[in-house]
Amino acid sequence: MTDINLIPEPEESLPSLSVSNDQGILQWISSVDHKQIGIMYLWLSVLFLVVAGIEILLVRLQLAIPNNHFLAPEVYNQLFTMHGTTMIFFVAMPAIFGFTTYFVPLMIGANDMAFPRLNAFSFWTTFFGGSLLYFSFIAGGAPDAGWFNYAPLNEYNYSSSPGIDYYCAGLLFAGIGTLTASVNFIVTILYYRVPSMSLKQLPLFVWMILINSFLVLAAFPSLNAALAMLLLDRQLHAHFFSTTGGGSAILWQHLFWLFGHPEVYIVILPIFGIFSEVFPVFSRKPIFGYGMVVGSGIAIALLAFGVWVHHMFATGLGNTVNGFFAASSLLIGVPTGVKIFNWLATMHGGSIRFSVSMLFAIAFLIEFTIGGLSGISFAIVPIDWQLTDTYYVVAHLHFVFIGGTLFGLLSGLFYWFPKMSGRVPDQRLSKWFFWLFVAGFNITFLVQHALGAMGMPRRVYTYPDLPGWGILNLISTIGAFLMAGAVGLLIYILIIALRKGALATPDPWDANTLEWTTTSPPGLKNFDRVIPVKSTRPFRDYKRPADADWKANATDPTTTKPDPHGK
Amino acid sequence: MIKLVVGTEAMFFLALIMAYIYFSLLPGFSPQQADHLDIRSTAIFSAFLFSSSFTFWRAETNFKKGKMTRLKGWLLLTLVLGVIFLVGQGKEYARLLRENVSIGSSLFGTSFFTLTGFHGLHVFAGLVVISIITALTFMGDYDRSTSSVFGTVGIYWHFVDAVWLFVFLIVYVLPHLHKITC
Repeated sequence: MTDINLIPEPEESLPSLSVSNDQGILQWISSVDHKQIGIMYLWLSVLFLVVAGIEILLVRLQLAIPNNHFLAPEVYNQLFTMHGTTMIFFVAMPAIFGFTTYFVPLMIGANDMAFPRLNAFSFWTTFFGGSLLYFSFIAGGAPDAGWFNYAPLNEYNYSSSPGIDYYCAGLLFAGIGTLTASVNFIVTILYYRVPSMSLKQLPLFVWMILINSFLVLAAFPSLNAALAMLLLDRQLHAHFFSTTGGGSAILWQHLFWLFGHPEVYIVILPIFGIFSEVFPVFSRKPIFGYGMVVGSGIAIALLAFGVWVHHMFATGLGNTVNGFFAASSLLIGVPTGVKIFNWLATMHGGSIRFSVSMLFAIAFLIEFTIGGLSGISFAIVPIDWQLTDTYYVVAHLHFVFIGGTLFGLLSGLFYWFPKMSGRVPDQRLSKWFFWLFVAGFNITFLVQHALGAMGMPRRVYTYPDLPGWGILNLISTIGAFLMAGAVGLLIYILIIALRKGALATPDPWDANTLEWTTTSPPGLKNFDRVIPVKSTRPFRDYKRPADADWKANATDPTTTKPDPHGK
Repeated sequence: MIKLVVGTEAMFFLALIMAYIYFSLLPGFSPQQADHLDIRSTAIFSAFLFSSSFTFWRAETNFKKGKMTRLKGWLLLTLVLGVIFLVGQGKEYARLLRENVSIGSSLFGTSFFTLTGFHGLHVFAGLVVISIITALTFMGDYDRSTSSVFGTVGIYWHFVDAVWLFVFLIVYVLPHLHKITC
């Protein structure tokens, strides 16, 4: 920490979204600047989004009509496994970490992360983890046991290609990168804030990252242990998960979901943070119930470790266990619901600007609530027994992953893109993208609820021509291609914006937090001096000193102490 | 920072220990455990590891007081004690392998070698780090320094010791007590 001045920093070029600059790619590879590393995380995420998207388009083509033989069953298994694994570990996680690495230091008035070289290490381990996972295609076959890779299908006897070994190695690498990044975030947030910023004035995105990083530290070791055991099983013939050798297949499920359920909150809590920035800015109101947003985030993080068995209701653990985890799963819906009402109340009475970022935020409220409701139905054990491993699950998880995580990332992208690139994307095309993507998403996944209720199992490579199945699957495939077209449009919008978009002002949205006090894009050194922080909206206080939040609190006769909710 | 690292490492070992306990409750596990493990020799080399925590603590104290000669002594002693532990563990592994207990031989072998192996790996990593800071101490890097490195390494080293305390209790002592009472 003391030798922070010794870290070599590029001096000439400013970091921006475009990969070309005068020092070439070497400057990016050797960079320890948090903004450049953040941008590299985001480009990595886009790259893998395209790859995993193509994989699932092939899968959807195979499923478009009954009794199709477009793909061989082995290829089909590899494609859906790689799609899930990639989307979660190498699209959602790097995108979240990209925004975090870029914006946490800016939002707390710091000039870099606490450990800049560790930050670069985290990115490159994630990068090589993903590369290792994809190397399996050339090494003799990709992993083919689903993204959660159940025993005994993940054992050598059932999957003798080296794919699952690469799955273990790749995810171990990426997992270590995730853990070191989280350590870095916590230390940065706790020790590198501008001195006037108390924890009660932390931007909510930063609060969610803080909570989330503890969640990562507690959840990922379980996955790493499981992966290490699986590698020992496959390489040294240990018997952890091989039932023939006396091991336990259920143990894999316990270890995996003890990680896996917190993981779904790991990819949604930062998103809640992004929305808690977007809603107030575009409603021109302070967030409703700052304390409740933070408190419910902590509640989610704690409850996240008490719900993993709801992925395993069908394994026969007994009524007592099922009852306990059904209750806890219903319970964890409550703090999430609290947040939905926080955002609704923030919008209520506000003067709302329907920017693309805000459109995604509003769409999120609807789609994520649908995903939440279908999720709640799984907490009820008999319904779970009926619907588990059907397309209803596929529909549910995509409503929360796309309608939640991806919408949040896109909302954050359109919110922060002018800051990161110094350019404004085309508004008209961006709105076209929004509507195309939302339409494609709903066409793809709404019908899958019905398919699941009709009993279509997930992960089957083809299906008989039962009444209704063919047409619903065809609709779903058409929707998937619509989404793919929309993603193509998004990439076009971004590239055009980077090349010849209108120049962005430092504060295009009239926003509240410190990152908007810098130039767009920020210079290599984020801040020479930071404006005083006296409330949760320091930049607004600075722009409107007569109407500052902290003055409203100070003159409020009903309270002698500052309002803990920061309203 | 190191506390966060140790916290996440603790979760990792918790997963391994839970797996060990889970398997140890299955039939056929405990007779093997009783037959193959020798609590006496393990207790001896465990004592070396436990005392290395004490010596490292002495090193930290002397560093704070600026007594560099004593610091060097305690660091070297810590290294020796840690190495003796690893040698002891190596001998135990060699004996087990001669008795045809390996990671692939049975559930006991699988969970025993994984748990103690990962712990041994952590001891080894700790020894590498301590060797580095010992070398740096001899080169005079920490003279009149306020470096936090000894405190940081100390937290890790004590953690590795504490993990062994649990492993030793669960793998060696509890089954032994069970054997005596039966």
